Amino acid sequence: MKEETASRILRVLPREKAFYFFTSIGNYTGESAASFEQFVDKTNEVNVKSLEFHLYRGDFEKWISETLEDQELAKEIENLRNQNYSGTSLRKQLYQILTKHYEKLTMFR
Amino acid sequence: MKLKNNALALDATDLKILEVLQNDAKQTYTAIGKRLGLAHSTVYDRIKRMEQYGIIKKYTAIIDTDKIGAKNVIALMTVFTNPKESEKVAQELSEAPQVLEVYTSLSEELLIIAKVVAENQESLHTFIANSVAPLPGVLRIRTSIVTKKFKETQFSMINNPEKFAFIKERYSIVGENKL
Repeated sequence: MKEETASRILRVLPREKAFYFFTSIGNYTGESAASFEQFVDKTNEVNVKSLEFHLYRGDFEKWISETLEDQELAKEIENLRNQNYSGTSLRKQLYQILTKHYEKLTMFR
Repeated sequence: MKLKNNALALDATDLKILEVLQNDAKQTYTAIGKRLGLAHSTVYDRIKRMEQYGIIKKYTAIIDTDKIGAKNVIALMTVFTNPKESEKVAQELSEAPQVLEVYTSLSEELLIIAKVVAENQESLHTFIANSVAPLPGVLRIRTSIVTKKFKETQFSMINNPEKFAFIKERYSIVGENKL
């Protein structure tokens, strides 16, 4: 991975491009992430219902792929979705994938 | 009908005309006059003045969306806001075509209540996630999707003493005519 690619994925986004955490259709938790770093932190803090809601709708993959432009991570999230985790085990798995990827990106930056 | 401090003061005849129009705005001036015992020119003059002063805002058609096969999703959205940004959020929401009604309310917290229409649940969510949640000052949002409508109506000038008292106060009713 190039330094340029890692920096692009780790950039701070404008508020309209941020990820907004919902627990169900139209129910916004008040938590948002305007960078990949914030996104990692929030997945460890938000209501686990929000993680379930977004993972199984494909929202995480979509945002990671289209906004962060990180196809490698989007694929990993897709794989996680197919494993049908829920509750705290989902949070644990997701957080693990994201932190590992974050560490990798910061090494290239 | 009189002018008081550059505002239009309504009398009981005006209110009767408004009540008739609220039941059926397609009636002719002659039909309204016949019903109320007024000359059609009187009805015309009073309606034109009430239009001019914005008391009659517009004439519209109430459509039964079920009958035209439009399966829209209606939702009531409560937006909790930072009090400093509340007015701005309400204005932004008012400009969105998906938002049919917007109100601010003071309960335990300052909040905005809006009625939203969307093609389906997915487009409702997309609108809220992309256009409402990112607005500065939005703290959180609660949305209830309407499953069944039992009543939908507009405030009506019916012959009710309590409502008349409210109208009298609001529009400086003049004259001794009783509704």
